[in-house]
Amino acid sequence: MPNVFELIINSTKRKVDVDSDRSLLSVLRDDLDLTGSKYGCGEGQCGACTVLIDGKAIRSCITTVGSAAGKRITTIEGLEQHGRLHPVQQAFIDADAMQCGYCTTGMIVSAAALLAKNSDPNTEEIIRHMEGNVCRCGTYPRIVAAIHKAAKAKA
Amino acid sequence: MTDELSTEPELEPELEPERYELHAGPAFHFDIARRDFFKTAGGGVFIALALRGSLAQESGGGQRRGQGGGMPKEIGAWLHIAEDGAVTVYTGKVEVGQNIRTSLAQVVAEELRVPMASIKMVMGDTDVTPYDAGTFGSLTTRMMSPQLRKAAAAAREVLIDFAAERGKVERGELVVADGRITHAATRQSFSFGSLTHGQRVTKVISDSVVTTPADQWKIAGKSALKVNARDIVTGKHQYASDIKRPGLLYGKVLRPSTLNATLASVDLRDAEKLPGVTVVRDGDFVGVAAASENSAAKAVNDIHAEWKTAPHPPSRDLFDYLRKNPAQSQRPEGRAAFTAGSIEAGLAAGEHKLQQSYTIAYIAHIPLEPRAAVAEWNDGKLTVWTGTQRPFGVRSELAQAFHIAEDKVRVLVPDTGSGYGGKHTGEAAIEAARIAKSAGKPVKVVWTREEEFNWAYFRPAGVIDVSSAVSGEGKITAWEFHNFNSGEAGIRTLYEIPNQKIQFHPTRTPLRQGSYRALAATANHFARESHMDELARLVNMDPLEFRLKNLKDERLRAVLQATAKRFGWGKTKPAPGHGFGIAGGFEKGGYVAMCADVAVDRATASVKIARVVASFECGTIINPDQLKNQIEGSVVMGIGGALFESIEFEDGRLLNGKLSRYRVPRFSDAPSIEVVLLDRKDLASAGAGETPIAGLAPAVGNAIFDAIGVRARSLPMRLEKPIARSTRG
Ligand code: FES
Ligand code: FES
Repeated sequence: MPNVFELIINSTKRKVDVDSDRSLLSVLRDDLDLTGSKYGCGEGQCGACTVLIDGKAIRSCITTVGSAAGKRITTIEGLEQHGRLHPVQQAFIDADAMQCGYCTTGMIVSAAALLAKNSDPNTEEIIRHMEGNVCRCGTYPRIVAAIHKAAKAKA
Repeated sequence: MTDELSTEPELEPELEPERYELHAGPAFHFDIARRDFFKTAGGGVFIALALRGSLAQESGGGQRRGQGGGMPKEIGAWLHIAEDGAVTVYTGKVEVGQNIRTSLAQVVAEELRVPMASIKMVMGDTDVTPYDAGTFGSLTTRMMSPQLRKAAAAAREVLIDFAAERGKVERGELVVADGRITHAATRQSFSFGSLTHGQRVTKVISDSVVTTPADQWKIAGKSALKVNARDIVTGKHQYASDIKRPGLLYGKVLRPSTLNATLASVDLRDAEKLPGVTVVRDGDFVGVAAASENSAAKAVNDIHAEWKTAPHPPSRDLFDYLRKNPAQSQRPEGRAAFTAGSIEAGLAAGEHKLQQSYTIAYIAHIPLEPRAAVAEWNDGKLTVWTGTQRPFGVRSELAQAFHIAEDKVRVLVPDTGSGYGGKHTGEAAIEAARIAKSAGKPVKVVWTREEEFNWAYFRPAGVIDVSSAVSGEGKITAWEFHNFNSGEAGIRTLYEIPNQKIQFHPTRTPLRQGSYRALAATANHFARESHMDELARLVNMDPLEFRLKNLKDERLRAVLQATAKRFGWGKTKPAPGHGFGIAGGFEKGGYVAMCADVAVDRATASVKIARVVASFECGTIINPDQLKNQIEGSVVMGIGGALFESIEFEDGRLLNGKLSRYRVPRFSDAPSIEVVLLDRKDLASAGAGETPIAGLAPAVGNAIFDAIGVRARSLPMRLEKPIARSTRG
């Protein structure tokens, strides 16, 4: 059943005409050209598809577009403000916290959610918060270092 | 001008025999498309590096120079300096996370004396980059990097010639720096752009070009941040799965009910009735195209198929199966063995004998970006964007599948969401192209994670039998090593053993298998270095001392000693419940040694790796920080195969073929990792993306034994719980 939804994405209202049971991830990627959010598993296990809904990190692959309507959605494309990278993005570059980079956008969005509620997390808190994000290239130690760096830069 | 083709650069070494899925490519690669490219790309300076194979062909024809200005058929690399001074490098290698886009740009910047930012790397595009067999085997740094250095050095020399002519000065007095050539005495300075302007020079060079020695490097040899990092952290970088084309449709393929099922009959009527859906049937291939992924998936669900299945061995009988089922093409005694001395004499000479078997499970690569391709047909020409480690191999697959000439196929590989040896094939490319042909529109196929588990291929499982003998003083006298199925990489030992027999036995395999990071080196190192540890315990020697006593190879000794020193081996004692382990080895030009500190919880039988010290030596280092990144990544990825990854199957179905059932290393699994790099500026650089992973499992297994006195001889090493109190530790 086709349905028109209004989505608030990166502070912009966007109308889409799609089945309500489609995943938010596929609508972002295929209908709205926001391909920074990635598909990695489709079952909430890898975090590659992470976006913020009302400031909370959620897995857009297991979130239906219908349930996200009217809420504030932030994707990786919305983190950069006026040409300035979000501190977490900058820290990932500076700490070389990536190899193939496919997990990176999901990692950054998850980390941004953490820093928004805990401005100076310790390593254990970072690991606990990030445990649902998979980096198959194994850059975890660098990502932890990048998140510490970002916390310092924000302070 | 076309220079004489003189001495002969090395060809890429032969492919390892266990790369089962690699077909030999066509014997000739006709460079028609690239010759056109040459003509159309405008003026400036082109440098092309000729490879030995082509020279041999040319000289066989009695021609050694000139060839009427034509290009040799096999060109390793292109480099172009345009009339505006822009430097573009063309290579058939691809970026899958090993960071060669950056490290190759570094060596070119070094030789050309230009900032890295001024170099554009064009990679893995079969219409414009030179033929390349593929990105695997840790060959990029060993082979492509020196080729590009030579091309860049030759370009620099051409520009110096131009500057000398233009400025009417001695070329020896010219200095090249920062993209300019300067003559101090006459205060003349030329930008590369001004020198190439109005020129059209094509130069074919060979191995004789002199490059800058590593100890004088200013850009290469230093850490450099990933060149496209900003595009990655902003989500702008487009992976193959992100590519869009006008009118794009989404494709989906009907998959068999079990791993070995074949199509008996199929009823497409319900699916065909769906609006906006194209259904394609071609032999056993059934696929659909629709306006969204969701509609395509629903259409596939509306296809009613009957499948024929056959018996399929379950994973619990796997190792028995491998021993009892030699590959049909093989003689029963297996592939020729490597032998030295006499095993019988060696066994008789030893005081203690030891016979053990080790097993290795099938595991999945799980590149975080699954297989993906976008295909489009225009006037009989096929263009495909896909994530693969073998763009030219996939071009051949497509040409064969559609019975068209290779120059009618263009494969482009955007920097890819990793591969680890798991993306040598073009399944998604062929599927997308087949559906697109019927749909008459561009089609994207992105495999689901479950498709990736089921229909890609696995790291080979294996069984390894080792039988050895050692003297009372700790000298190994006999070493017999038989590997069933997992492969030959890293099978030979570097320890000094007078009597050896080492043999690989190819077998039939219940699952589709192929390359995986470091190939069989992980399996062979696990068996060898675990067995070494067992022998050390048998003669009551320290495991490091025992290894050094049986080892002359200086490079392996050096990494073992460097690791041990940083770790504090022999100086500190494990904490209660912890154990220490060490292991080392060699493969693909790289020497690795690791020490691990591991904690074992007796009640839950769970293993936590607390600390790993890894040392690595692969000749001259090109980018130390990225090398560290590769080694750290190998340690983390290696934890999966060492402790928990294993594919289970029964009745032709995977029992754990999805991420919620298959445990991969996560944040909390990563130990503290210290990397010790040994930089040998006197030796050529080798690749580093693979070999380090082979060191982890045995170091961890040896540490587990040290902690609790239980020897784990199967990968993954899962301990039975609870662990009895009577065991030591
Ligand atoms: S794709 Fe959403 S969690 Fe993996
Ligand atoms: S960088 Fe490749 S998956 Fe994280």
